[in-house]
Amino acid sequence: MTVNRRDFLRGGLGGAAAVTACATLGVDPAEARGNLTVPENAIGFLYDSTLCIGCKACQSACKTANELPFEDNTGTGLWDTPLDLSGKTYTVIKMYQNGTSEHKDKAVDGFAHLKRQCLHCIDPSCVSVCPVQAMRKDPVTGVVSYDADACIGCRYCVAGCPFGVPQFQYDTPFPRIAKCQFCKHILAKGGIPACAQHCPTGATLFGSYKALTAEIERRKAMKPGQPNLFPRRTVDSGDTHERPAAEYTEQVYGDKEMGGTQVRYLAGVPFDKFGMPVGLPERSYASVSETMQHSLYGGLIAPAIVLAGLAAAAWRGARELHHDEDGHE
Amino acid sequence: MPVAQKSYDEVEQRFGVSRREFLTFCTGIAATMGLPAAAAAQVAEALVKKERPSVIWIHGQECTGNSESLLRAEHPTLEKLILDIISLDYHETLFAAAGHQAEAARLAAMEKNKGKYLMVVEGSIPMKDGGIYSKTAGKTSLELVRETAAGAAAIVAMGSCASWGGMPSAGPNPTGAVGVGEALGRTVMTIPGCPPSPYNFLAAVVHFLTFNKLPPMDAKGRPLFAYSRLIHENCERRAHFDAGRFALEFGDEGHRKGYCLYKLGCKGPETYANCPAVLYGDVGCASWPVGTGHPCIGCSEQGIGFSKPIHALADLKNQWPPAGFPRVADEQGTGPNLGGVAAVSAAVGAAVGAGVVLTRRISNQESGAGNSANSQE
Amino acid sequence: MNNRSSVRAMPSRPVGGRLVGLFTVALSALVGVAVYFIYQRFVYGLGAVTNINNAYTWGIWVVWDVVIATGFACGGYAMAFVTYILNRGEYHPLVRSALTASLFGYTLGGLSVLIDLGRYWNFWHILSPAYFNTGSVMFEVAACITLYILVLWIEFSPVALEHYGFKRTNKALNSVLFLFIALGVLLPSMHQSSLGSLLVVMGFHIHPLWQTPLLPVLFLLTALCMGFAVVILEVTLAAVGFKRDIHAELPILSKLGQIIALVLVVFLALRFGDLAWRNALESVFNSGIRSVMFGIETLLFAYPVWVLAQPGNRARLSKLFPAAFSMLAGASLYRIDAFLVANERGPAWHYFPSAPEILVTTGVIALEVLAYIVFVKKFPILPGHPAVQGR
Repeated sequence: MTVNRRDFLRGGLGGAAAVTACATLGVDPAEARGNLTVPENAIGFLYDSTLCIGCKACQSACKTANELPFEDNTGTGLWDTPLDLSGKTYTVIKMYQNGTSEHKDKAVDGFAHLKRQCLHCIDPSCVSVCPVQAMRKDPVTGVVSYDADACIGCRYCVAGCPFGVPQFQYDTPFPRIAKCQFCKHILAKGGIPACAQHCPTGATLFGSYKALTAEIERRKAMKPGQPNLFPRRTVDSGDTHERPAAEYTEQVYGDKEMGGTQVRYLAGVPFDKFGMPVGLPERSYASVSETMQHSLYGGLIAPAIVLAGLAAAAWRGARELHHDEDGHE
Repeated sequence: MPVAQKSYDEVEQRFGVSRREFLTFCTGIAATMGLPAAAAAQVAEALVKKERPSVIWIHGQECTGNSESLLRAEHPTLEKLILDIISLDYHETLFAAAGHQAEAARLAAMEKNKGKYLMVVEGSIPMKDGGIYSKTAGKTSLELVRETAAGAAAIVAMGSCASWGGMPSAGPNPTGAVGVGEALGRTVMTIPGCPPSPYNFLAAVVHFLTFNKLPPMDAKGRPLFAYSRLIHENCERRAHFDAGRFALEFGDEGHRKGYCLYKLGCKGPETYANCPAVLYGDVGCASWPVGTGHPCIGCSEQGIGFSKPIHALADLKNQWPPAGFPRVADEQGTGPNLGGVAAVSAAVGAAVGAGVVLTRRISNQESGAGNSANSQE
Repeated sequence: MNNRSSVRAMPSRPVGGRLVGLFTVALSALVGVAVYFIYQRFVYGLGAVTNINNAYTWGIWVVWDVVIATGFACGGYAMAFVTYILNRGEYHPLVRSALTASLFGYTLGGLSVLIDLGRYWNFWHILSPAYFNTGSVMFEVAACITLYILVLWIEFSPVALEHYGFKRTNKALNSVLFLFIALGVLLPSMHQSSLGSLLVVMGFHIHPLWQTPLLPVLFLLTALCMGFAVVILEVTLAAVGFKRDIHAELPILSKLGQIIALVLVVFLALRFGDLAWRNALESVFNSGIRSVMFGIETLLFAYPVWVLAQPGNRARLSKLFPAAFSMLAGASLYRIDAFLVANERGPAWHYFPSAPEILVTTGVIALEVLAYIVFVKKFPILPGHPAVQGR
């Protein structure tokens, strides 16, 4: 039995069209996996760049609390000088500079600081892409943590994070992924993350996601220049200091992008100046990718159907071929 | 021209110090001003050769702390060298005389040294209600400074009060106290501090004597050698700030260990002065407020001292040094490198070359087979 | 004479001949160099050998050794598809050689994964329900490739069984072989498309010229073409390397050429249609170096379409081969572009493979070629043709 060209073309192109349709157009919106929502008792940070004085106490405390080695990029061997997040650095203070760098928190002729760290997304890409669940989001606190014992070192989390957070350790034969885990070992003992604990101005502030949302609103409502109280360590610590409110930019970073993050940022300088990706869609990349995977392979239903069809064709084809060959032999 | 041996003998006699002590002083004063080592010789020559300039010292609303600070200078001691380097022709506190004789002395000195004397002002000038809140010899301080400034070669405002108003100008400033520069409507050299280190003043005067002009100043008239850097940039506790080690309360463990006082309100990050370098009172290391365990109150800085609450957190004026902050985008990774490019080129070249060779061979095979097929027919 | 039956009449036979020659020794040397650097990688870490960093975390070992090399190894997949599924028996003689190339391509692709993985000792987690994450594209790629390697060895076993004379076992296997053949078509379809899907989650980090929801389809189409093109490549190499007469196989190759041309037309239509749909056509011209790479890629795809559209060309290996070579180059470049050139992590990050990194890749390729040569000489894989006379 032969298949003529017309049938072949039909089969081939029909197959290609079917695949295309499944992959792009045939997804039932009701089945599309939307963004994950923030857990009820989620915790988080508020980092306020206008309060940050660049003392790097957070960077230092983080290294101590997590037993991280210091990193020397100057060659002097004297200072811990990370250039960015790395296999040895879970958080780093970066500085934006422009022109004369005279005015703090101003985009022109000014300077400002930014604390880079894991944003503990509400719908994390790293958790979604990890093939072995080495990245996990705690269902109660929402903390995104890393389990080295599960990890295979494929680095999909490194490639997949929209903020470039997870760092792989290339300089060791037994590498791990390095990223902020909210000092979960300290949280377990009832403490708060080391960076928030040590910040002298409350630029890094710890608290429940809901309480921090209220605090963000309070700060956005402040009139620039008016003295206000700002808490340190946790949002409800009562340990406050007074200073004039700064002029914030409109955007609260981490509010909506990628479905929102549990570490949110306020600043006086637009976030793209800090090199943070802006204009990110609200729909998380995790939900896009998982929706595609699910529609194609969900429940292995489509593959099973295709396999059945292929098996039938293969059985017929193999039988004919071997029958022909046996006949000739 | 180096100072001759004969002149050194004169110095010893005149100042009552050895040549070594004198040269040490000159070197020290040059260093305070941030001048190169060779300048010490120029300073020595000037001090020895030149005629002592006349100094008229006017007092406004002050506590005399600046003069007290000057009295505590040890290198040189005030009476041994200062009074012999300059001719202090008027100083209300230090004068033995009083009353009309003192006033007459001032006017005579002003007349005699017209256009050449150095005017120093200590204390703020009240402006409200015609300046009646500070009067000396029946004249308001405002009138006094105007009168004295007329014939002065240079004006130096000594202390925060004379520089920008100081404590009397603290809110609500009932007397309308301002600094001398503002009262006169012109820029003057200011040596702010409450009190400032006497060596800042001395060095400025010696500079004037040596080079016939005041040292380079910033927009507020502050000599750059003393006021161009934040206290934060020279503080001996800076490493604690950078490492996040702070004293949280007076007497706690961090405080006793000498940790950074930022959280207690230290204004070092927003105050320009050289206190951690020159120190006070000549009593050895750590003889300055932070060194003794109290946060800097920014006494020399207008808008900070006597204005911002002592325990309010300081803003950060700048971030250099240390310039140890990574930029927003620091170059990382290895781009095209010699070995890699060579290897890739070799591999790609080999592949393309093989492809070309194969195509040619097949073509030959085809034409060969074609010929043989043709020849068979 | 019917070409089909004449080809069928020739059973597969080992090529025979010496194993040690200039070419195989050279290949072994390349393998030796690679082994040295692989040793360095395991003792000192990935950074000691490669230039990968945390903005370019997947370098040439992933992009070439896994993504591209498995594409090259799609010969078995493509041939199984047309031979058994579309039931074109005339392709049958080429199935075994394509399968052999696929066998080593995929096995060494899997080995390359193990070399690249940072915590390779946990690799088995991919197959353990206690660990695996079904929502992850990477899981699906890894599981499918692992299973497919197994399937390939099973599909290949009739060759060994036949060679060593296990006739009864062979017959028993043949009765269930159809299942593995079906899997051997399903699994590559799944993971070759998913190799493209890997990029979807990276969103804006992949330049708009390559980032599209159609990634799985585009990768699958090019993988299919790569499979057919590789078969043409193999036959060419066998013709020149083993001095074989390939006239009987030429009609098959001609049809493969036709399929390649058709599929590439669909691919290019989808590619440019998608760019237009997403309003990204402008970027074709204003993206600097990326525009250049996109242009080269497109030309490498377009050339085979132009050549293979003409039936006269399809009948000649001297035209088929360059077309296939161009197609393979285009597909390889497409993958390099999508994973590396299109990587948008900001202007401050750089990556170019180091020489040791490339030498490991060339060593792996050398090992594949070496293994293919050894197997083809020892086992009944290539259709039994007498050598070409007089050359």
